[in-house]
Amino acid sequence: MADEIVELNNGTEGLVIVGIQRRGVQLAAQIVSTINERENAQVARGALDITLYRDDLQTVGPRPVVGQTQIPVDIDGQNVFIVDDVLYTGRTIRAALDELADFGRPKRIALAVLIDRGGRELPIQPDIVGKKVTVDSTQRVDVLVEELDGKNAVVIADREPSP
Amino acid sequence: MTQSLGKDLLGLEPLSGEQIRLILDTAEPFKEISERTIKKVPTLRGATIVNLFFEASTRTRVSFEFAEKRLSADTVNVAASGSSVSKGETLVDTARNLEAMRIDMVVIRHGASGAARFLADRIESNVINAGDGTHEHPTQGLLDLLTLRDHFKRLDGIKVCIVGDVLHSRVARSNIWGLTKMGAQVGICGPRSLLPNSIDELGVTVFNRVEEAIEWADALNILRLQLERMQGGYIPSLREYNRVFGVSRERLDRAKRDILILHPGPMNRGVEIDSDVADGPFSVILDQVTNGVAIRMAVLYLLSGGKPELAEAAKRGGGV
Amino acid sequence: MPRSILLRGGRVIDPSQSHDATADVLIVGDKIEAIGPRVGNDAAGRDGLETFDCTGLVVSPGFVDVHCHLREPGREEVETIATGARAAAAGGFTAVCAMPNTDPVTDNQAAVGFVLRQGTLADAARVYPIGAISVGQRGESLAEFGEMVSAGAVAVSDDGKPVVSAHLMRTALEYARTFGIPVADHCEEPTLAHGGAMNEGLVSTRLGLKGIPSEAEEIMAIRDILLARRTGGHIHLCHMSTRGSVELIRWGKDRHINVTAEVCPHHISLTEDAVDGYDTNAKMNPPLRTADDVAALQEAVRDGTIDLIATDHAPHHYDEKEREFAHAPNGIVGLETALAVNITWLVASDIIDLPTLIDRMSCAPARVFKLPGGSLNRGVSADVTVFDAGAKWIVDPKRFKSKGRNTPYAGQTLQGRTRVTIVGGRVAYRADA
Repeated sequence: MADEIVELNNGTEGLVIVGIQRRGVQLAAQIVSTINERENAQVARGALDITLYRDDLQTVGPRPVVGQTQIPVDIDGQNVFIVDDVLYTGRTIRAALDELADFGRPKRIALAVLIDRGGRELPIQPDIVGKKVTVDSTQRVDVLVEELDGKNAVVIADREPSP
Repeated sequence: MTQSLGKDLLGLEPLSGEQIRLILDTAEPFKEISERTIKKVPTLRGATIVNLFFEASTRTRVSFEFAEKRLSADTVNVAASGSSVSKGETLVDTARNLEAMRIDMVVIRHGASGAARFLADRIESNVINAGDGTHEHPTQGLLDLLTLRDHFKRLDGIKVCIVGDVLHSRVARSNIWGLTKMGAQVGICGPRSLLPNSIDELGVTVFNRVEEAIEWADALNILRLQLERMQGGYIPSLREYNRVFGVSRERLDRAKRDILILHPGPMNRGVEIDSDVADGPFSVILDQVTNGVAIRMAVLYLLSGGKPELAEAAKRGGGV
Repeated sequence: MPRSILLRGGRVIDPSQSHDATADVLIVGDKIEAIGPRVGNDAAGRDGLETFDCTGLVVSPGFVDVHCHLREPGREEVETIATGARAAAAGGFTAVCAMPNTDPVTDNQAAVGFVLRQGTLADAARVYPIGAISVGQRGESLAEFGEMVSAGAVAVSDDGKPVVSAHLMRTALEYARTFGIPVADHCEEPTLAHGGAMNEGLVSTRLGLKGIPSEAEEIMAIRDILLARRTGGHIHLCHMSTRGSVELIRWGKDRHINVTAEVCPHHISLTEDAVDGYDTNAKMNPPLRTADDVAALQEAVRDGTIDLIATDHAPHHYDEKEREFAHAPNGIVGLETALAVNITWLVASDIIDLPTLIDRMSCAPARVFKLPGGSLNRGVSADVTVFDAGAKWIVDPKRFKSKGRNTPYAGQTLQGRTRVTIVGGRVAYRADA
């Protein structure tokens, strides 16, 4: 995926990789260090927590935990690549787009996801996909990362039935 | 999911250490929002919040207003007169009228202890206590805790002394509750006539002289001394108060270590605190103000939680 | 043939005759005719005899409340003498003394006469007026005790307020001796109590409410006791609430000073913790105090240091109490819950027995205020209370006969309930079947 990003961007100029909390952040970190190594560069990296921009805050029950947002560079005129673990309905990305708009006006915004599981509810498509999977709505797709879960893996499991 | 705070924030006494920690942790990301160019998130878009202030207070009201607007809520300020009798409309009627206008949250400051609870028991909107009589001022207590935690990186075991008119201070009471629940040690210092008699039953250490308090404490929270206290016969004069209890550079220099200085404001420079202390290197008074907005955003965010039944329906519908 | 009533088979407790046994009581006309185990059989066949089966019930001299507020004249929307007298009868009281802090103040002969007449018209419990100590209760000059007594006043008091001037209290005690009436004082040192809304202590600190220290009451209590000693007058201390006051009363009685004292049911049952949550139905003056004070007062009722129990029935309108705590008026109703509160907290917990309770609610009040009543002796006026000492019931203020609903016992299950109240041989109250 790191290579594809560099290719799509025509190099590392103006590149800002922004990971979505939570696991998108770890993936973004891995991608940035891969790019930095291969291209001998220092690509800017940020983290975005979209909780406060969610469109379902009224229905989600007790308040979800708000993670850290850190956009250390000015994104005006830059090429921002959003990185997330799983793309499903597209609502997280919509929220991320809204939030990025409050930080500035990038020249372009592109989306890189590790897993695309289909099931879109909004017209949002990734530019770079690690792997497409097909699952139905009764199943969940979870990405595990070393830093938080102890290992790197993708797990498909049945959803817990509603009580 | 996070632990719910319930419908209202009326004080720190009813909260658990867990709930206080939740609010402090939630305030962290909100601090970041105030550093952005666009200091706004859409989280409370469409929510209507009324700031119902029966006592004049520019500082607290403005802080709440910033918090509300940065969450994209619609805010209305109502400055009601202090005495319901003179106004003709009772607190009950004010509450019912507001509710009939379908507001979501009320931030209330009132001169009578228990007024926030009175309102909360009678309306369905969330009620946030911005100071009721001499009872509690929970958001001030919380921002003081956040400021202390930012500096000391922890709260348990630190020694905080509240200096001043504890008897009449809601800020002092909220601080005592918040600090003890988070494991800090609490001291109070002031003229005996301004310290409640039974206060040691709350596990608080009492210091008669400010020198002893400075010797003991890691941080001082200095309360504003009000002119009425002199007129009420509690202390002879402001001048004597400053001579005996004023936190001055000389007194602090005699301490063994650097002591953090907090003050809820507004300050009476030269009475309870000298200018070189207020503006000195260990004063975090301005940090308190910054943290105030973040804490209030966190509280508004946490209280405005959606209904659990809708959450269940949403879960069955699909993911994010 | 005069009307007659037979109270059959009850436990007849009359401390004035040291009587505590199952017996029948026969009332003929307006007097007690006879008490005894066979009285019922002998009376059978009398014309116009109304019989009450009192098996399992207690029959006692009617209760006398020497301290209540009937609000008329001036606040008739909150209570009238008629509604108050009916509430009293429902509570088992055959007589009440009405405090003079009305609007206008009952400080003259005409006003006293008015209260007496309204009480007679009410035709429920007897109403004895208490006159003010000072004109307008302003604490400046004495009211006309003589005129008020001849119009029917049985005592004088500025209750609602303290008598701040020691000189005025002294002259009142001296002047009252002429008429043989007690001077009843509401003990509250105004500068200590000023602005206070509840007992001063940890609870008031936690709730951020200004407290009234016990000393506010005790300072005035000892002042009054000392003045009674100096003047030989009869001082009656209203609604005592602290352990310290009890000790001072004991000191006075040990020295044979003419001091008597009352306590209210709420002060022997509730503590300052009832204020938690800012419930204005727990706000009264003097305030609810600590568990230690409650214990001292209960013991004082037992050993007689406190002579009698009075209600300090103080109705307030719902709107008045539906306010921020510090601004709500003081006072709760008490006529219809007094018996039950006393039984639940004093008798059911074995602090005192029923005969002692009846003494404190009937014999002692009549004796201390020199009123008729407090006895079932043959030939005395038939003021009788029949009650069920074991009945449990839930307090529902909406069913009160009083217009006031402000009670801290709402929704609680209490033990002890009035069944029949007879005043001068007439049934003034009977419980629904």
